[in-house]
Amino acid sequence: MTILLTRRGLAACAAAFALSLGGVAQAEPKIGSVHFLIPGGAGGGWDGTARGVGEALTRAGLVGNASFENMSGGGGGKAMTWLIDNARSNYNVLMVNSTPMIIRGLNGEVDQTFRDLTNIAGVVGDYAALVVNTDSPINSFGDLKAAYDANPNQVAIGGGSVPGGMDHLITSMIMQASGADPLAVKYIPYDTGGPAMAALLSGEIKALSTGLSEAIELARAGEVKIIGITATERVPAYPDAPTFREQGVDMEFVNWRGFFAAPGLPEDQAAAYRETIAAMYETEAWEEVRARNGWVNIHNSGPEFTAFLEKQEAEMKALMTKLGFL
Amino acid sequence: MMEGMLQGLMTAISPFNIVMVVSGCIIGTLIGMLPGLGPMSIIAIMIPIAISIGDPSSALILLAGVYYGAIFGGSTSSILINAPGVASTVATAFDGYPMARRGQAGKALTIAAIASFCGGTIGAILLMAFAPALSSVALLFHSAEYFALMVLGLSAIAAFAGSGSVGKALMMTVLGLIMATVGEAALFNAPRFTGGVQEFQSGFSFITLAMAMFALPEALYLVLDPNRSGKAGEGGGEIRDMRITREEAWTIAPVIGRQSLQGFFIGVLPGAGATIASFLGYAVERNLATKEEQAEFGKGSIKGLAAPESANNAACSGSFVPLLTLGIPGSGTTAILLGALMSLNVSPGPRLMIDEPDIFWSVIISMYLGNLVLLMLNLPLIPYIAKLLAIPRNYLIPFILFFTLMGSYIGQNNATELLILVGLGLAATVLRFADYPLAPLLIGFILGRMLEDNFARAMQLYDGFGFILERPMTIGLLVIATALVLLPSYRARRARLLRKGVAQGD
Repeated sequence: MTILLTRRGLAACAAAFALSLGGVAQAEPKIGSVHFLIPGGAGGGWDGTARGVGEALTRAGLVGNASFENMSGGGGGKAMTWLIDNARSNYNVLMVNSTPMIIRGLNGEVDQTFRDLTNIAGVVGDYAALVVNTDSPINSFGDLKAAYDANPNQVAIGGGSVPGGMDHLITSMIMQASGADPLAVKYIPYDTGGPAMAALLSGEIKALSTGLSEAIELARAGEVKIIGITATERVPAYPDAPTFREQGVDMEFVNWRGFFAAPGLPEDQAAAYRETIAAMYETEAWEEVRARNGWVNIHNSGPEFTAFLEKQEAEMKALMTKLGFL
Repeated sequence: MMEGMLQGLMTAISPFNIVMVVSGCIIGTLIGMLPGLGPMSIIAIMIPIAISIGDPSSALILLAGVYYGAIFGGSTSSILINAPGVASTVATAFDGYPMARRGQAGKALTIAAIASFCGGTIGAILLMAFAPALSSVALLFHSAEYFALMVLGLSAIAAFAGSGSVGKALMMTVLGLIMATVGEAALFNAPRFTGGVQEFQSGFSFITLAMAMFALPEALYLVLDPNRSGKAGEGGGEIRDMRITREEAWTIAPVIGRQSLQGFFIGVLPGAGATIASFLGYAVERNLATKEEQAEFGKGSIKGLAAPESANNAACSGSFVPLLTLGIPGSGTTAILLGALMSLNVSPGPRLMIDEPDIFWSVIISMYLGNLVLLMLNLPLIPYIAKLLAIPRNYLIPFILFFTLMGSYIGQNNATELLILVGLGLAATVLRFADYPLAPLLIGFILGRMLEDNFARAMQLYDGFGFILERPMTIGLLVIATALVLLPSYRARRARLLRKGVAQGD
């Protein structure tokens, strides 16, 4: 799991554990109980999302009670296989997942894809950002590109995922959109966000590809400069950060997190889940959970969600083929 | 700065925060004693409670207490039942467990407690005096240096090679390094050597391997060897054993002093941490010891026990430097602490000490208090904990087996881990009967992944082996590592040649 120990992942985890305390249900919720299946261990980004959503749903009285199960293994594949194999007895299960599901489905690490499940909704997301050290001479993406064009070998860009993983693909997407050869990018992988950040501050790498919410925290602490974000417009949380698009680099990327149910789930039950999640956005409980974790609401329900996943899959596939990972 | 410190002192000694320190330490040390529950899982469980407190200082004081309390208590299962629950207490088992088997469990626990106390306290003092200045030290190491540091850590195996079976120790190290490559690596976006088994995709888990290599064969060995299991049950509970003679105190004092310093500085590096600190501490102390003392290492040396225990606790204090001054978590545990802080709207980083001196200093000051609390808490309990070994073996062994299985299951919540554990455990038992040392395997496994990742990064950054020559610190560390490996073998060889015919030990 590439998102395990980043700051935002951990803030999410912290919050996740906080909610085991809460959960006073009001009368007659629409859905009696939901069992959240988390394909990774306690404390990761998936864990935080599932527990956060579960907390908001129960506190708002939309769901009677929520239970959680961590089933790690095979990059999320174990939980997916289990849900598909035992589909008919698990219509009360919602499995959380995110962008790596698409990537791992493409490279064959996980055998099944979102097509083998019932897609419920994308719930939250995070944009990506490129950051540089505060005292770096690089002040914009243009500066980075100029340095890269002068000598690609001297511009090492790091990230908290394996080559071919999310941070690497984002870096390649940005460089490709700017007209550079994505294959020539010197991408240096770190296990997690912490060591990657240490490498940036120590000058081992010139720039770091990371999640926007994490980048904002670091920029506020005065440790980094954000030279570009993958959103289409500047974000209200940190309006100083320029988008890539306004710097002439036409690209966008969202790391989504959403929920899936067992294949063959009756349509009325799927609709009930989707309505419940849609209703959640209006509640105070959700706003509190969301703000605490620094998540961005990116709601994609049902067919929209499927279309979004298909689009992302096609983009990733083209890029991964070009990079030689497929 | 003085003003901030004073403010922090006032916060730290407020009655409520004293209660926080004490409860954090109690919870940490008790849960830390159980194999399988490391500081990471305890802190994760404690976070909701900490957040509900609301005051960031108190919350962090509580969580930090749990953290170093767990490291403090973590040595217990290593010493008593050879079951290191976290990687940083593996080196504690090397000499702690042989001492317990000799009937000196009480003394081993006392030495561990005192070494931990000194390591933690010296670490806290260094943290207070130098934390702001040390943030640059934390950024001194690049991947190339981390690679060299891991190589240096591997030299700890020399301690097991000196007794004659150099070849066997090296083979086991290589086997450990090979096992570390199973699963997904940072280098490749593809699982390696999993044989198509989904469970192997994320690699072997540390706890499972530690239980399989240490605790399980030990328990089976006791069952299979009735002679040993008969007599070993005595002695362990005798209270007189817990006293340390003045002579022993003088022997371990310099070890503790050196390793507290060394451990602290290794802890400051975000890519190293308590585990590396404990292995390096063990290796360095073995090399500094006299020839007679060296023979004791691995067989119940008090120096060999004091070194990793002071180093890992000092490193734990050291890891607060990058956390508080840069906002960089060096380990999984500090990463969770960072998450908790951010939930409380505190952003650690260079501005923390300026913007919220209160939080910064009160946490550091609470660490002295915490270590004192831990010592007062643990010392009186030692006779009772040591009594555990007085339980007749036919009751104790199932108990050990239970904790071994539980420890491995809890971490992953995955029943397949149990099968892997039993399989590896049986293999380890066979290896033990054939007199292969198992500790080098575990050291190789723990360091292997970091070794490979840092090596790969350095190679990529410098387009080849250039980093070894271009970075003076890297070559320096590598030279020290070579010396640490070759010297003991050379000395052992010479000694062997000198007194031919003397039994070579195991």
